[in-house]
Amino acid sequence: MTVCCAPDAEVALGIPVHGATGPSREEIGLTSRLSPAGLRHVDLSVPGVHCSDCIRNVERALGALAGVERARVNLSTKRVGVDWRADAAVPALTETLNELGYEAHLFEAGDEERDDTMAELVRGLAVAGFAAGNIMLLSVSVWSGADAATRDMFHWLSALIALPALAFAGRIFFRSAWGAVRNGRTNMDVPISIGILLAFGLSLYETATSGPHAYFDAAASLLFFLLIGRTLDHMMRERARVAVKGLARLAARGATVIDEDGSRNYRPVSEIVPGVRLQLAAGERVPVDAVVVAGRSELDCAIVSGESAPQAVAPGDTIRAGTLNLTGALEIEATAAAADSFLAEMVRLMEAAESGRGGYRRIADRASTLYAPVVHLTAFLAFVAWLFIDGDFHHAITIAIAVLIITCPCALGLAVPIVQVAAARKLFENGIMVKDGSALERLAEIDRVAFDKTGTLTMGQPLLLTADNVNPEELGIAAALGARSRHPLSQALYRAGIRWMATAPRFDGVTELPGFGMESQANGDHYRLGRAAWALAEGSATTGTVLSRNGKLLAAFSFEDSLRIDAFEAVHRLQAAGVGTEMVSGDRADAVENIAKSLDIGLATPGMLPEDKVARLQTLKAAGHRVLMVGDGLNDAPALAAAHVSMAPATAADIGRSAADFVFLRDSLLAVPLARDVAIRSNRLIRQNLGLAIVYNLIAVPIALFGYVTPLVAALAMSLSSVIVIANGLRLGAGGTARIAKASDSPTGNGADSLTGNGTLLGAPV
Amino acid sequence: MTMLLYLLPVALFLGGLGLAAFLWSLSSGQFDDLDGAAERILIDDED
Repeated sequence: MTVCCAPDAEVALGIPVHGATGPSREEIGLTSRLSPAGLRHVDLSVPGVHCSDCIRNVERALGALAGVERARVNLSTKRVGVDWRADAAVPALTETLNELGYEAHLFEAGDEERDDTMAELVRGLAVAGFAAGNIMLLSVSVWSGADAATRDMFHWLSALIALPALAFAGRIFFRSAWGAVRNGRTNMDVPISIGILLAFGLSLYETATSGPHAYFDAAASLLFFLLIGRTLDHMMRERARVAVKGLARLAARGATVIDEDGSRNYRPVSEIVPGVRLQLAAGERVPVDAVVVAGRSELDCAIVSGESAPQAVAPGDTIRAGTLNLTGALEIEATAAAADSFLAEMVRLMEAAESGRGGYRRIADRASTLYAPVVHLTAFLAFVAWLFIDGDFHHAITIAIAVLIITCPCALGLAVPIVQVAAARKLFENGIMVKDGSALERLAEIDRVAFDKTGTLTMGQPLLLTADNVNPEELGIAAALGARSRHPLSQALYRAGIRWMATAPRFDGVTELPGFGMESQANGDHYRLGRAAWALAEGSATTGTVLSRNGKLLAAFSFEDSLRIDAFEAVHRLQAAGVGTEMVSGDRADAVENIAKSLDIGLATPGMLPEDKVARLQTLKAAGHRVLMVGDGLNDAPALAAAHVSMAPATAADIGRSAADFVFLRDSLLAVPLARDVAIRSNRLIRQNLGLAIVYNLIAVPIALFGYVTPLVAALAMSLSSVIVIANGLRLGAGGTARIAKASDSPTGNGADSLTGNGTLLGAPV
Repeated sequence: MTMLLYLLPVALFLGGLGLAAFLWSLSSGQFDDLDGAAERILIDDED
């Protein structure tokens, strides 16, 4: 079989490598759904599929597995749906995909339901388009001079088409408008709904009384235009949502429970209660807060507390949910249920913090609170004035309604979404996902950025510093040993030495001693990779991480916490633009100071708890600042929710990603200034568009007031203003902003490779 | 002009048929994976 998309090197070498490769069979079994036909179904996110060969390879390989009835790739959402017979064992989906060179992730349970809003919008769009086209055809006949009886028939036909179409496609606007009015507010949908309903009502009256003018075409095409904007807006958000949802899940879904009788069973997290004993293999995340009963290991706490160095744990130590077990198997006893664990505490803090941005009102809504009263008052005054002038009630109300129809904010309704769709598209091309339009508006207002350290300003993974000074042969040996361990330093060695792994001797049985390192035999020699005091025979002056043969030093390695790509440039661009920068970190003071110094960040606070970060943001808010929070950890999630606007990298913890307004998939930190630039430009264009809409109204309203608006004039004026607004909005797509290099397309890709030669490294004690 | 009495319903019916066909194809999932549909045509069916 040919593999189209260059598989990862480790796959080609056929070496088992530890890392985020995908869900276990137990997890897949736990999430699958049973269909009435006796099949189990699961959807896996496979971010790596991107061409026809991928589709063929994945579908063939999965389809050939025992028990699998059907495997279907969806290239748009980068998912694979697999059905297998419920009586067969769970097929080895993850393993098969990994062999092909693809990563696989599970979705959140309950995410499978179809996007109903999108379906409703597209259906509405189809119906409105059909109605607008047909009514316009009939209207053209009327405009070109159809006589009395024919005209009436055409008007009646138009009414017949318009009534069901407006009722069906207009629901979306009517529902939202009614919701706003009922709560005593107003939004853009209120004037839209009033305009459409009055246009229809007046036209129906005119038709019934054989009047010359009917506005069915205006009502239907207005709805069609507005639905186009609405649908595009929703598509963009949906695309971002799907992309974010497809990222690796970092919280445990289940755990292996050790029952009283010693049997081991995989159970969902929700069934774990305090006192239950759990088995935790190396590479698994801690599912609930627990205490270690047996075993030794090291835990990666970066995503929970922001600490960059792994923490050694021994029996008696308490461990927090969400941390990653790195080196040794542990037996732990749960001290809290999932709902009371650290994660749940973060969710509560987030909910408390969320109110921080509740008061924000979108530009369109702010505009409509000014716009709607002015327009409605103008129409009312026109009615009163004409009633006073010629005393003709019918004439006066016709003119008042004509004012409402022509000012019906077609341009205004499109002014904001068109620009935001273009902006979201531009960001999407640069690997930045926007959750919704209001996030763009808020991002344009920021005057301060608060960064988390571990995983945000740094990559959260160490980098071998002395790769050039080490003999390739020895690096190959270290890489071969390191490949079998999940310890960050082992993985750093593995990444650095992968090219020379072929020269390493064949090891039989590599063993890992948690807290010390790796050891193995080859050709009668005894190799050790790890702590100097353990790997070297007698007390040697060397410290740190070394590789030894028969107790003698072969090579010593030093590591650095690598800065995120372009971190320096990103911070400086923000500072140059007059945006204040600061760092809020849960890590130790020395590590924080190092990074702050090398990035020229003046204010850096170490050792912050999640509550401290929220408190800091609230202090800044009280001082009148609008803060962008950039963070990735579980401990950042409440701060992400509390900030005016927030951003998270794709590697962030699950709840951090869902709390953030923006998620950037590429490794470069330039995503932050780029997103801000795009947000500012889009806000400028939105204001221009609103300005254009006002100019249009200044011209159109007098025409309507003097009674010169015929359906033809209304149709022309509306189309023209919409086209102008759309054209202006699309200017955002054309040039102007720098692009981010596509360093690594895969969200979970290893950024250290592309970091070499970047030059902005710094020493952090590891 | 009596022609219109036949032609108008016929035209509207045909248009409505197109609309119904679109709504059907939408609900039967034919628009769920547009990128995939574009790529699948390149896959050879050798087996």
